[in-house]
Amino acid sequence: MKYTEEHEWLRADGDAYVVGITEHATTQLGDLVFVELPEVGAKVSKDDEIVVIESVKAASDIMAPVDGEITEVNTDLADDPSLANSDPLGKGWFFKIKPTDTSQLDGLMDEAAYTAMIG
Amino acid sequence: MTDLKHTPLHALHIAQGAKMVPFAGYEMPVQYPLGVMKEHLHTRTKAGLFDVSHMGQVVVRGESYEAAAQHLERLVPVDIVGLGRNRQRYGFFTNEDGGIEDDLMLANRGDHVFVVVNAACKAADIATMKEVLEPDLTVTEITDRALLALQGPAAERVLAALDPKAADMSFMDVATLDLNGTEAWVSRSGYTGEDGYEISILADSGEALARALLDSPDVEPIGLGARDSLRLEAGLCLYGHDLDATTTPVEAGLAWAIPRVRRIGDNRAGGFPGADQILHQIEHGVTRERVGLLPEGRAPMREGVPLFDAEDSEEPIGSFTSGGFGPTVGRPVGMGYVATEHARPGTTLYGELRGKRLPVTVAKLPFTPANFKR
Repeated sequence: MKYTEEHEWLRADGDAYVVGITEHATTQLGDLVFVELPEVGAKVSKDDEIVVIESVKAASDIMAPVDGEITEVNTDLADDPSLANSDPLGKGWFFKIKPTDTSQLDGLMDEAAYTAMIG
Repeated sequence: MTDLKHTPLHALHIAQGAKMVPFAGYEMPVQYPLGVMKEHLHTRTKAGLFDVSHMGQVVVRGESYEAAAQHLERLVPVDIVGLGRNRQRYGFFTNEDGGIEDDLMLANRGDHVFVVVNAACKAADIATMKEVLEPDLTVTEITDRALLALQGPAAERVLAALDPKAADMSFMDVATLDLNGTEAWVSRSGYTGEDGYEISILADSGEALARALLDSPDVEPIGLGARDSLRLEAGLCLYGHDLDATTTPVEAGLAWAIPRVRRIGDNRAGGFPGADQILHQIEHGVTRERVGLLPEGRAPMREGVPLFDAEDSEEPIGSFTSGGFGPTVGRPVGMGYVATEHARPGTTLYGELRGKRLPVTVAKLPFTPANFKR
């Protein structure tokens, strides 16, 4: 598992990566009520705002963690955004991305570094 | 953060695991571990306990209740003189342009008027009252009392367990109850659309009372997040958002609070700031009105989202002043102001969200039926 400073997690799945947000992030955001996912097949660049999420409190964006192509999105999450709160590392995943440059993954944090960052 | 004020229940909030945020100069709980959604739903189905000690509590005294009421009517365009003993009423302070300076609750407590005002406005409200009403009246801010709200269908049973007289009160009654051995000034009212009470009690006794209420398995502590979604579903205005100094009571749909006796042709007509403008609007109508708004789909539309009458029109005809997800109705809800010709319930408008125009239907308020004990 890899982590970004924006509280996303990435888990290898074949030659793609499953991306979601951490429990720390969902706790800070509060109950999610709306998720807008990218199109499957979209080519995205690192730090593009590709997902809109709304909690009971506010809207925020989730950025592409690396350059790549979106290969799948979690339509169950769009139907029931609370999955991100109840199961952030499992059923609450957002999208799968196939990186164009896997070396970008080297810049991400491992679990120990992420845990240290959130204190 | 160091200069934020604390309410008498601050330590209890921390002990309950609240997430604290700055609000109107106070450090206040925005949510507890239960979370906004469940706190909201719990209040609608059981009961929620809110700390509203940041709000202003003011005693206004004259030679008699009637004297105090007569003078207060110089600032507030409602019928205070005719308010029955131990009864409460909604009102607002207006300005010379007819705008709303703050909204408030007024109670006839026998020999004085008890006023509850918004935290963010209380310093200005009290300064205005002192300037206009003294020396005819004395205006005293009550700073040694906490204010708690117990709201929801289980509120009556929970409070009546401490003093059975709570069950005898009707909606908008006020009474002095004995709660946990301490005198409490209680009204049967609130800001959620549910049955419930607001309880003013000496600060030193506030935490013990809160703990006694929270001892009931039906009562959960509720933060400002759910307070906002509850009042929004109930169609109740939030000052500084749905009401402000440039919005008149008539535009806000609050003319019902200005009774016949304060209107043109009656014996206590006018006599409050902005009377000419407000009474003229009551007779001749307004060009914009507050409405309920239901965005289609799941995306919440929040304060500031502009509204258009067509997908391709250039000029907005209004905007949201409040909005978010309504946990009880299970969809986004909001309110805002639109040009009068677009204010009819059922009208389709378009809200612009992240560059896209999405349909919004004008709707009747409230979104959830009021559940008061009449």
